[in-house]
Amino acid sequence: MPRYSFPTPKGSEITPRDVYLNRRHFIAGAMAAGVGMSMVGTARAASSATQALTFKQGVAPALSDKPTARELATTYNNYYEFGTSKGEPAHNASTLKIQPWTVEIGGEVAKPRTIGIEDLLAMDLEERIYRMRCVEAWSMVIPWVGMSFSKLAALVEPTSKAKYVKFTSAARPEEMPGVRSRILDWPYTEGLRIDEAMHPLTFLTLGMYGETLPNQNGAPVRIVTPWKYGFKNAKSIVRIDFVAEQPRTAWMTAGANEYGFYANVNPEVDHPRWSQKHERLLPAFFASRETEKFNGYGAEVASLYSGMDLAANF
Amino acid sequence: MSYALPKSWIASLKAIVFALSLVPLARIIYAILFDPISLGANPAETILHMSGDWVIYFLLITLAITPLRKLTGWNDLIKFRRMMGLYAFFYASVHFLSYIGFDRLFDLSDMAREIVKRPFILMGFAAFVLLVPLAVTSTRGWVLRLGGSRWSALHKAIYPIAILGIVHYWWLVKRDITWPVVFGLVLAVLLAYRGFKRGGRKIRTAS
Repeated sequence: MPRYSFPTPKGSEITPRDVYLNRRHFIAGAMAAGVGMSMVGTARAASSATQALTFKQGVAPALSDKPTARELATTYNNYYEFGTSKGEPAHNASTLKIQPWTVEIGGEVAKPRTIGIEDLLAMDLEERIYRMRCVEAWSMVIPWVGMSFSKLAALVEPTSKAKYVKFTSAARPEEMPGVRSRILDWPYTEGLRIDEAMHPLTFLTLGMYGETLPNQNGAPVRIVTPWKYGFKNAKSIVRIDFVAEQPRTAWMTAGANEYGFYANVNPEVDHPRWSQKHERLLPAFFASRETEKFNGYGAEVASLYSGMDLAANF
Repeated sequence: MSYALPKSWIASLKAIVFALSLVPLARIIYAILFDPISLGANPAETILHMSGDWVIYFLLITLAITPLRKLTGWNDLIKFRRMMGLYAFFYASVHFLSYIGFDRLFDLSDMAREIVKRPFILMGFAAFVLLVPLAVTSTRGWVLRLGGSRWSALHKAIYPIAILGIVHYWWLVKRDITWPVVFGLVLAVLLAYRGFKRGGRKIRTAS
């Protein structure tokens, strides 16, 4: 029988939003790790251990919506490496070994290098609350912690030949049950045009809700582009290549007529199998929210696409 | 071999099966009222998928009754077939209402556009529409009114309905077709059994 079991905490264990916000400030203090872990307690039993992060409040376009409950954002995930149902990643992802972890950065760059996750975590981090719109017409609001991708790019100095960036996710059959079957053409790959990648909103993400990423959300490092459908946000990245040609992404290989390279959120361009005009802002019952072009980030990013036919370049 | 249970036993067994068949709905209602977190971050989708799955289960159970009856010789099984078919229709109604309510916000013109535009929705909708006359004519009165042979010809629509249901599910999923394949194989076995039986009978009459 298909599963509907979500690793669900008891109602009493769910963190109210104000408590979560207070706790975060509290955790930002000195005794973060020990106290943080004990407060988190059993609600996290099924998922991986996360650690508190130190960061400053970042600048991101203001949102009228409050962040989605952490318990929902960490138990309803599309992460096919750990299974195709929404609950499976939270059940299965604890097997992913995120220590040690390195990201190899190469291609058309002056200073290719391999960077350890500890070096990324030691950089200046900020929190940004972004809207997240899935291609399946649901959305969440998530407080991410990380840095603009351009800060990482500056370390390797892309050359003028770098026109695109290709992200490659981990594909480890022994740690990721989904990779053992050919649901997608593993490893998962995604890509951005260089100007999209260097846009300040493009976020190299190391944490969420004030802590390191849970494994099911793409630990230890992922990319987040808030004006694009969620599948553009490659998880558990092990390679970043600056390249001259537009990379072919895993979802383009799976179905080029359904999943395009740009994948900008756009209510005017339907998915072949469903409308993109509305979305369900989880956990709402009704899909009553009108989807905004560029997921509401048009003021920041629309100029990247001036003169482009967004229906043809979906 | 064939055997029968006392009538009173059948009546109590029917009551038990009737109550058990309501458990999936009870679980959904209980979760909405008292335990919404158990439905996950997307409760409407969970309800849509749970009710949809139960349509397929009840369709397959309905279609399994005749083969099971013949294989086991327990003829009383036929007395449960109408209830199973009606439960398939019942959960199809829950499924359909969840879809037009949660997804399309009871906007019928929007729903009509979606149905013609999206093949997988069209398949599901066609299956549901075809189920309606079967549910309506499921009573003894309608069997008499239509006459046995016309009635059973009409109710053969259950075969295309089940096929449409599986296709609907198959076309919905993004990449992982494991469960549509499993249900499709079960349906194929149940339909093949009937083809095989008919073929067998023909050979017998020919000899």
